[in-house]
This record gives sequence, C-alpha cells and structure tokens, in this order.
Amino acid sequence: MKYLNEYRDPALVEDFIKEIHRITTKPWTLMEICGGQTHSLVKNGILEMLPTNITMVHGPGCPVCVTSISVIDEAIFLAEQPNIILCSFGDMLRVPGSKISLLEAKAKGADIRILYSPLEAVQLAKQNPNKQVVFFAVGFETTAPANALSVVHADRLKLNNYSILASHVLVPPAMEAILSDKDNLIDAFLAAGHVCTIMGMEEYYPVAEKYHCPIVVTGFEPVDLLQGILMAVQQLEKGEYKVENQYIRYVQREGNAVAQKTIQQVFEVGDRIWRGIGNIPQSGYEVNDRYKEFNARLKFQINIPLAAENTACISGDIMKGLKKPKQCPHFGTKCKPEHPLGAPMVSSEGSCAAYYHYAQADVESII
Amino acid sequence: MPQNSRVQLQCPMPKFDFDVITLGHGSGGLLTHRLLKSGVFDILKNDVLDQQHDGAVVEMHGKMAFSTDSYVISPIFFPGGNIGDLAVNGTVNDLTMCGAIPQYLSLAFIIEEGFEMKAFWEILVSIKNAATIAGVSIVTGDTKVVEKGKGDKIYINTSGVGLVHPKALIHHNNIEVGDQIIVSGNIASHGMAIMSLREGLEFETNIISDTVSLKSTVIKLIETFGSDIHFMRDPTRGGVASVLNEIAELTQLGFYLEHKSLPIDEQVDAACEMLGLDPLYVANEGLFLAVVKKEIAQPFLTALQNDPIGKNAAIIGEVTNDNKGKVIMKSSIGGKRMVTYLTGEQLPRIC
Repeated sequence: MKYLNEYRDPALVEDFIKEIHRITTKPWTLMEICGGQTHSLVKNGILEMLPTNITMVHGPGCPVCVTSISVIDEAIFLAEQPNIILCSFGDMLRVPGSKISLLEAKAKGADIRILYSPLEAVQLAKQNPNKQVVFFAVGFETTAPANALSVVHADRLKLNNYSILASHVLVPPAMEAILSDKDNLIDAFLAAGHVCTIMGMEEYYPVAEKYHCPIVVTGFEPVDLLQGILMAVQQLEKGEYKVENQYIRYVQREGNAVAQKTIQQVFEVGDRIWRGIGNIPQSGYEVNDRYKEFNARLKFQINIPLAAENTACISGDIMKGLKKPKQCPHFGTKCKPEHPLGAPMVSSEGSCAAYYHYAQADVESII
Repeated sequence: MPQNSRVQLQCPMPKFDFDVITLGHGSGGLLTHRLLKSGVFDILKNDVLDQQHDGAVVEMHGKMAFSTDSYVISPIFFPGGNIGDLAVNGTVNDLTMCGAIPQYLSLAFIIEEGFEMKAFWEILVSIKNAATIAGVSIVTGDTKVVEKGKGDKIYINTSGVGLVHPKALIHHNNIEVGDQIIVSGNIASHGMAIMSLREGLEFETNIISDTVSLKSTVIKLIETFGSDIHFMRDPTRGGVASVLNEIAELTQLGFYLEHKSLPIDEQVDAACEMLGLDPLYVANEGLFLAVVKKEIAQPFLTALQNDPIGKNAAIIGEVTNDNKGKVIMKSSIGGKRMVTYLTGEQLPRIC
C-alpha cells in the first residue's frame, strides 16, 4: 500500500534500531499514549528489537478501555428500550458492563447497530422517524469532531429522534494525572498522532515544561514509532524536555481549526470518570446547553445504579504505566478475551489484548 | 452495490403462480409440487434426481468422503457470486480437501415466506452452473418455508459424497518438521467482498469474492504429487490463522509464517487496514492451504501457479520444531509475533 509501506521499510527500521542502541546509555521508561501505537509495537515485534534498558509502558489511549463501566451500563440500558436503536463503533460491543456487554444485549434482542461513522446514525434516524436513534459517542479528541458534526447535521435536519450518549475523554489531563502520580515512572511520552492531528501541539508545551518530560508526537507505523522513540531518547540523553513532532505528515502545531471549532460548537469540557483510573477533572466532553436536546442522558430517564468496577482488574496500574499486562496475576488465566475481567483484554486497542494475541509468555524467543 | 458481477440468467424463468415464495410452497402440497417440477427438478435434471424418490440411490465403490455445510450468508448476492454457488462450491471444496473427488450433493432450502421468486430462480441457476463446473450431480433435496421474520431470506444446506483419490493421503498426522506451507491465492478477498456491502460499512471497491470449485485444480495436484501432499484445508470462516492454529494444536508442531510472503490483493489489504481488520482472520471461499513435503514445494507451487485459480499462490511459511503448538509470524519489519485464534467476530475499531 502506497504511503504505508514506506513506513514499514525493513531497512529504515534497522537503521533506527541501530541508532537507538548506539545512543542509549541509561535506562529509560517511555510511554506511548495510544492503544494503536501499543498494538503496532507488539504486533510488529518492535519491543524485542529495542535495547534492554528501554522500557515501553502502555498508556491510557484506548477509548474502549477507559470508558467507565457505568457508561457502558447506560448504553446497555438504552439499547434494551423497545423504541431505541443504539449505534456504536464495533469494538465497544465486547466490553463488559457491570452485568453484560452490548454484544450480549444484542444477542438478547436489543437493536444495536455497528456503524463506522456517526453520520450514518443520523441517516438511520432520518430513515426511522418512529424510532429513537442513539449514537454511543466514545473516543478521544480524534472522534469528537465527527460525533459533534452528527449533532450539527441532526439539528440542521430538525431531527427530534437523534441523540448521542457522549463519553469523550481528553489526552492532556490524563497525562498530567499520570505524571503527578506519586509512583510515576515515566521519563518521556510518545503523544498520540491522531489526537494531535485534530488538536495540534499547543496543549503539550505546558505539560512538558511543568514535569520536565519530553513529549514526541508520534505516528503508528513501525518507522514512525522507532523515530519517535529515537527522538525521545535523544532528548532524555541530553537532559532536554521539549515537545517535538515526528508525525509531521499529518500534525501541524495548531491542529485542525475546523474540527476544533465543531467540537467547541457542540461540546463543553467537564469532569470524567476513567475506567480503572477514576475521576480526572476537566478530562471529558459532554454535549453543551445549546444542543441539550441531543444529549441522550437528558432526553431519556436512565435509571440505573452506579456500578462498581471489578477490583481484580489492574487496568488502572497498566494504563498509568506502573505495571505491564503480564504482571497481572489473572493475565491469560482468569482473564482472557472470551471471559475478560476488564476492557483492555477485549478492546482492539487494549494493551492486554495486544500481549495476549501477539506475545504470550510461553512462546520461545518472544518478549 | 456493484451489479455487474451478479450471475446473468442463462435459463429463462418458468412461469410461476406467485411472484414470491409463500408458506404453501413448503406445504408438501400442490404448490410445492409445482415449484419443484417447473423449478428445481427441471433445472437440476439428472438420472438420479429424475426418479423423484425420497432419497438418492447411487453406486460407489471404495473409500468415501462425506461432508455437510449450511450457508446463512448475508447479503445473499455479493460481488463474485451468491449463496447458491457458495453452497455448491463450499461442500465440493470440503470434500476436495479430504483428497476426494466430489460426485453427489444433496441440497436443502429453508426459505423465508415472501422471498422473491426471481431471486430464488437466480440462485437455482447459479447452483446449476456451479454444479456443472464442479462436475457434481445434485441427487436429493428438500424445501421448507418458514414464516416471515423466522428466517433471513434463504438458508441452504448441502451435503456431499465423493470417492477418495487412490493417491491421496491427507491427514494432519502426516505433517513433518520442514514441511512447507503453501496458500493457493490471495487471502481475505471473500470476507472483504461481503464486508463491503454490510450495513454501516459500505465502501466502494472492485473486490470480488473468490468463491470457486477447487476440485479440478486439487485433483491434478494429487495426481502429480500424491502422498507428498501431507495436509490440505480451505480456510473459510476464521481465515488462514484459524486453520493454522487448529493444525498447530493437533500436531503440536510449530507453524512459522512470513508476513511479507502472504499474497493479498492491494485493495483488500487497504480495506482491511481501513477497517482495522487482520486479513489473516478474514474468510476465504475458493482458497486452500497445503502443507507439503519440502522437496516438492517448488514444483508444487509452479504447478499451482500455472493453474488459473493458483496464479497468486505462494509459499508462506514452514513447519518447525520450536514453539510447539503455536503459530508464529515474522513481521514485515523482521520482528516476531504470535498468531492466535480469533475470539468472536472481528469488529471494526473506533479510530
């Protein structure tokens, strides 16, 4: 594939690996933010190519993993109502709520549709005037513009049967929560390329400055990740803490102004509970007052108790970089993709799923 | 939806009393009789079927392979085929993978009330065409109609029998360390052709399903290479990864793949990339995996590549003594990863 194979070039990969080995003199712990980056690292076997004194820990950038159990219960509650069509991105379906997952709710008869774009949900609302269509709007800043746009479209079409159940989360507050944790181990971050394509880099300068932590905006392909790691290690070895951009083919310092404007038009920033981590102040988007009739939480009486998380799952420690998936006593035993204790084992961006599928412990010559 | 690849009707549709299938067509009464007589029996005509008995009486001598499969695909018409040719080719290929020469098939329909007669006819024509190409006779069958909402348009079951080729010795127990793993063509085409039409995921492509009978190709290979072909399997649902995991588990040998050797159509690869799907787990229909003795791997590959369905065939890996019971793949950049079973269905990811 053109524009992808170039970033999977074995010769370039080898050059970067050699250079990283050459310049690394001390042990460093780097966290990649995004679950897509985690999967690329593990799936391509990059972790075993790095010097042993570079430890990659895997961040909270898996939207499925951080969506709180109560929000999943809310989605299931809505899906179970007879007149509601609940639309969702595919990989939310397997994540366990407090009792069942959306996939099980679907099997029991709930009308749940897997869509690729929230704009398709608006179409569905138009085609089904007698049904209420709710889009389960999860994700980081990356998916927020399209979800916001669906509300703008529905408003323009004067649809009164469309709403969204928003559970958006924001990267910079999560980075601060991790860096300010007393047990923090992170020396540098690889920031999520897609998030920065939308939001730009401005938000990261104060974080790098405050915590003396290099932040390299990084892409997702092997060459991207290795270049990002190299740039971060170069800074660490020199004692620098700058915000740098590896993903220059997509990310501009100011980001995508149109997308940001759409987000601001529909959403407001508020507190958000992250699964496994807890409440992080000012770390999520909720539908604002102007568009409140499109907020499923206000539109429907969602009458369910707040659910407690499964304490056996250590996803919080994993997403804060304090532990690796294989350090969980339940990894691959009590917790498997077919019966997960927590979300990272079933999400296609979850770090536990990455290790389970691509790098289980009992495989010779695999990390 | 691309229409150009739908089967062109070659047989004029007989005049039926109804435009749609009704419950009466499955009652066993007059409507069933008329549907069978002017529809099914006429088009699928052969000596055994013509006897219109409760079952087929056929003569076969020797070691026999027997297989069955049900087809519940949605959408029923897709680029490159429909549920009809799929139902014939699927069972033909399952028999072929046993080293058998498929000969007789049964054919059973479960049809939802209200299904269009025109679509039913189109499917029947495809069944006839696929059976003719594969050289098999449909000798017995059944038609049931269920109430609207109790089925999804049409389901088909086919079972088939065939005599095992005297030179074939296909069993996972014959797989040895050093054997080469060969795939007969581009992977993941069928699954992505279907995916491109699914509600919510429609995207424009020219991807067509690979559904085809493997019979003549495989029989020729068996004639030439005989028992040096240690194992064969068509990686349908669950894709290449699932078949390799099954045989790794059964043989307790290691299966080592090279990502860069996997043949895949560029559009299919791009569609998988876009939807976040791994082509190793995507379904195939007219594709097979062969595990063959190292010494014949090259001539086997050349023979396969000279066949119209095997032009993209490739050696994708080998059987090893380490990582017993596991499938390991060398990534395109030289790292290693495990390839495990798929849990549930592959679902498109968020971003």
